[in-house]
Amino acid sequence: MEPFTVHTGRAVPLRRSDVDTDQIIPSDWLKRVERTGFGMGLFAEWRRQPGFVLDLPAYAGATVLVGGENFGTGSSREHAVWALQDFGFRAVISSRFGDIFRNNAHKGGLPAIAIDTTDVEALMTAVEADPAVEVTVDLVAQTIRYAGRSVGFDFDDYTRECLLSGLDDIALTLRHDAAIEQYERSRPAWLPAVEAG
Amino acid sequence: MSRTLAEKVWDSHVVRSAAGEPDLLYVDLHLVHEVTSPQAFDGLRMAGRKLRRADLTLATEDHNVPTDTTEITDQVSRTQVDTLRRNCAEFGVRLHRMGEAGQGIVHVIGPQLGLTQPGMTIVCGDSHTSTHGAFGALAFGIGTSEVEHVLAAQTLSQRRPRTMAVTIVGTLPAGSTAKDLVLAVIARIGTSGGQGHVLEFRGEAISALSMEGRMTVCNMSIEAGARAGMIAPDETTLRYLEGRAAAPQGPDWDAAVAYWQTLVSDPDAVFDKEVHLDATTVTPFVTWGTNPGQGASLDADVPDPQSLPAGGPREAAERALAYMGLTPGTPLRDIAVDTVFVGSCTNGRIEDLRAAAEVLRGRRVAPGVRVLIVPGSMAVHEQAQQEGLHEVFTTAGAEWRNAGCSMCLGMNPDILQPGQRCASTSNRNFEGRQGRGGRTHLVSPGVAAATAVAGHLAAPADLAPATGGGA
Ligand code: SF4
Repeated sequence: MEPFTVHTGRAVPLRRSDVDTDQIIPSDWLKRVERTGFGMGLFAEWRRQPGFVLDLPAYAGATVLVGGENFGTGSSREHAVWALQDFGFRAVISSRFGDIFRNNAHKGGLPAIAIDTTDVEALMTAVEADPAVEVTVDLVAQTIRYAGRSVGFDFDDYTRECLLSGLDDIALTLRHDAAIEQYERSRPAWLPAVEAG
Repeated sequence: MSRTLAEKVWDSHVVRSAAGEPDLLYVDLHLVHEVTSPQAFDGLRMAGRKLRRADLTLATEDHNVPTDTTEITDQVSRTQVDTLRRNCAEFGVRLHRMGEAGQGIVHVIGPQLGLTQPGMTIVCGDSHTSTHGAFGALAFGIGTSEVEHVLAAQTLSQRRPRTMAVTIVGTLPAGSTAKDLVLAVIARIGTSGGQGHVLEFRGEAISALSMEGRMTVCNMSIEAGARAGMIAPDETTLRYLEGRAAAPQGPDWDAAVAYWQTLVSDPDAVFDKEVHLDATTVTPFVTWGTNPGQGASLDADVPDPQSLPAGGPREAAERALAYMGLTPGTPLRDIAVDTVFVGSCTNGRIEDLRAAAEVLRGRRVAPGVRVLIVPGSMAVHEQAQQEGLHEVFTTAGAEWRNAGCSMCLGMNPDILQPGQRCASTSNRNFEGRQGRGGRTHLVSPGVAAATAVAGHLAAPADLAPATGGGA
């Protein structure tokens, strides 16, 4: 995964709450077996409606998505993260995220940053008023900076380290192979096993 | 120290913990399906890694399969199913293929085989993995990167979740079901009320539920934003498990039962959050909006967004009503539907089909309404046929299908057309969930069947006595 440290770009204000992953990438797109090419499907249904914010020329090329409360609820589809990234987003900001979406985003190198509702509102209002506003997402300093303002955010230390260094967490886990083996020897024999394939 | 059920199961699966790091948690069962696994198997191959425990991995074909034939005509869908078959063959994973006796929705077949047992950790690249929590297992949905992680290491790096007790006092009135109860819970705590938490459902009404009902409740924990839902195992759980193919037998059974009996929250265990709900007030419940928290008693009217707090909730309700094509103040019972779907991992088990059949027996589906009855697994299909339920359905004018996710999500041939309105026993009423432009009202199997007969949202008690004789 690509490391993420600091990113600066323009932002899209998506003023909707409870944006579920079915909206981020509709299920019809989930038939694909690849990891790439999902950008076309991002918000596919909403993008059919004229004037949808993502398609306004003023926001073309924006790389930070600012969502309403409770972003990324519902389905576990990691395709939602792939679609956001493929479309060009490098970070997502909201006041709350669906747990699985947030996990997926961090596995894929897309920071999902939670700030207070009032801070989201202020940021959203700023980029609505002036789409040219540059937003800096700084994971090193744990701040979001725009238009002379600076907003701090909390972030899980371990996840932050992984994002900053772009570490492959499977490789990290496999270093503990001996511990896994030891655990396996302690499992009760009556635990179920799947019949052979 | 006193611990909750979730904490006990968590603690017994920690392979490694270190200050400042997430715990490394062992996974007892990994369920796999065609949609969220291809990229994970690719990752494994690209890194030259092996599948660690084929014996703890089970795959099925469910999301992307047709339910009226075993021929997939859509080229992209077929490639996805073929890819799963190839991956399972290459890595030695047991696969239940479309049309085979063991095939079905991933969350229906685990319990049915007896693979889902109390105290286990179960994961799947699917958010409704929470279903398995009905047995006192810690079961949660993961993304594709985590699927790859589990394939390679049979473990996951996870932060210990917080816990929330959802205590249901009193008993459900006649005519109210597990589905109504869980919809009422979600309407109460909201779609993010459970975020970061494992819910433990408990109380009189929960103890009284069958395993099927408990699975319905835990299945929808994710719609309250929760990581997982759990119910402590009891006699009902043991009765369900005993004799199932993968359940322990003989002395193993006794050893397992002795352990399972310890799987309760200690009396003085402290939860991070607690909510109470009075079951006696739960009536048949339906959703009117585009998230599962936007629901109300069937006796209510479509709400007026102006009555909701300004800002987020009001805007969300306005948008939802516009999408749903509904006018505030309309009695929910006046909402006419053209489609009814009985099925999914929420309500596609035998008891759900029996509930629908009870209503449809001797009655006819209203003219112009298309009714799909889709068993959650081929085993449920078989049992329903043995009980003659399929004849009740077809005599009433409903379609009887093979197992699959079907109209729960719009990715196989069973979809709504734009503007169509469906009473659905599934779990998500998101925009376009059942097909682009489709409108979904979440309901219980009984309400779905009554709605099929009435042609508009209705409870079984609303219907005139059955006269049609029928099967
Ligand atoms: S039935 Fe619906 S919710 Fe359940 S696994 Fe299938 S698509 Fe997901």
